[in-house]
Amino acid sequence: MTMKQIRHHLNDALLIGYSAGTLPEAFNLVVATHVSLCDECRARMHSFDAVGGAIVEGTQVAELDEGSLAATLALIADTAWQAPVMEHPAQPGLFPAPLRDYVGGDIDAVKWRRVGGGVSQAVLQTAGKSTVRLLRIPGGVAVPDHGHKGMELTLVLQGAFRDESDRFAAGDVEVADDAMVHTPVAEPGEDCICLAATDSPLRFKGLLPRVAQSIMRI
Amino acid sequence: MLQSRPKGDALRAPPPYSGAVRRQSFPRGAVSVNEQDSAKRAEWTAQLEAVRDRQDQQAFAELFRHFAPRVKAFLMKSGASASFAEECTQEVMATLWRKAHLFDGTKASVSTWIFTIARNRRIDMIRKDRRAEPEDLPWGPEASPEQADVMALAQDTERLGQALATLPEKQRKLIERAYFGELSHSEIAAETGLPLGTIKSRIRLALDRLRHAMT
Repeated sequence: MTMKQIRHHLNDALLIGYSAGTLPEAFNLVVATHVSLCDECRARMHSFDAVGGAIVEGTQVAELDEGSLAATLALIADTAWQAPVMEHPAQPGLFPAPLRDYVGGDIDAVKWRRVGGGVSQAVLQTAGKSTVRLLRIPGGVAVPDHGHKGMELTLVLQGAFRDESDRFAAGDVEVADDAMVHTPVAEPGEDCICLAATDSPLRFKGLLPRVAQSIMRI
Repeated sequence: MLQSRPKGDALRAPPPYSGAVRRQSFPRGAVSVNEQDSAKRAEWTAQLEAVRDRQDQQAFAELFRHFAPRVKAFLMKSGASASFAEECTQEVMATLWRKAHLFDGTKASVSTWIFTIARNRRIDMIRKDRRAEPEDLPWGPEASPEQADVMALAQDTERLGQALATLPEKQRKLIERAYFGELSHSEIAAETGLPLGTIKSRIRLALDRLRHAMT
């Protein structure tokens, strides 16, 4: 995917969690997908990795077992040398590599299920309590009323949505905590495709999503 | 770097090595501590490149003697037993050899890169789930890094380490705990006060150049 004008970025806490390796798998996927689209956050991610490097460098040393180096060299000798390859190469299409790996293909490989009001979702398989899903919201339609505890992280892949706080277009990520009550509405036009992770299983409460005209200012 | 080589030929026996003598050969007092550290860091980059480009075992042994004890300590502080940390450290260092071709000194110093390998190993051992990684940036012969950029980033990383060391104790401990995996993402405060300005700008510049070279 080409670089887009991204206005909404990941916060430091998420990037440190990603760098430290403590984020739940569902959030890792959203972070890695956003970073694939956003050089600003990629640079910040590498900076937080550098903090990890400085911590390893500055740590007290542990004593190695005798013959540790020889054992490591034996380990290396056991595996055939391989030609350099990219591990997560870019491919044409809508989905960046990490998301494509989870879906098993690009947008046309997604197994959508309807959740009402023309909105569809596809839950992606991840370990742990946190969940991550793709959402497809037709232009002008609101995301169905959904309860979530904890944090919700929403990355726009196509189209755009607006909520009480701002407008979010392709590449933008919205970080919402449980205190935030928001009603995202897809902008008129093409379907809005989002990748959304939540701390706890997300359940749609009803089959009738609120439509654009009925947004309440809360 | 891309040509194949006969399997295992360079690995039959570890080279003779005298770490203690070598380590003492750094001219203590001849240069300031900062300059000495920078020189050492630049040296790690050179050694990793020697592993990457020539499968240089001597260079690998030097990297091993510096980093393996630190990786082991990092894994133990992250909750691994000494014997498990030892096993994982050997795997981390073997991964360093195998993946040396992926090292890019304009985006990470050697210590940073080793940290990411150790962290991924820790995720593998503690949790069984997958870890999504960002898409690779396009690379090729055009994108071969400028040595000046590599040096500059190594120096930035050095300064970051110094800045980290001088943070107030409470703040520094909190950051360390986050990296040892002791804090959940909701416990990590958004405002860390980490001085990342210079290093972030430099990495950003390297990414911009890479994008530019590819279009």
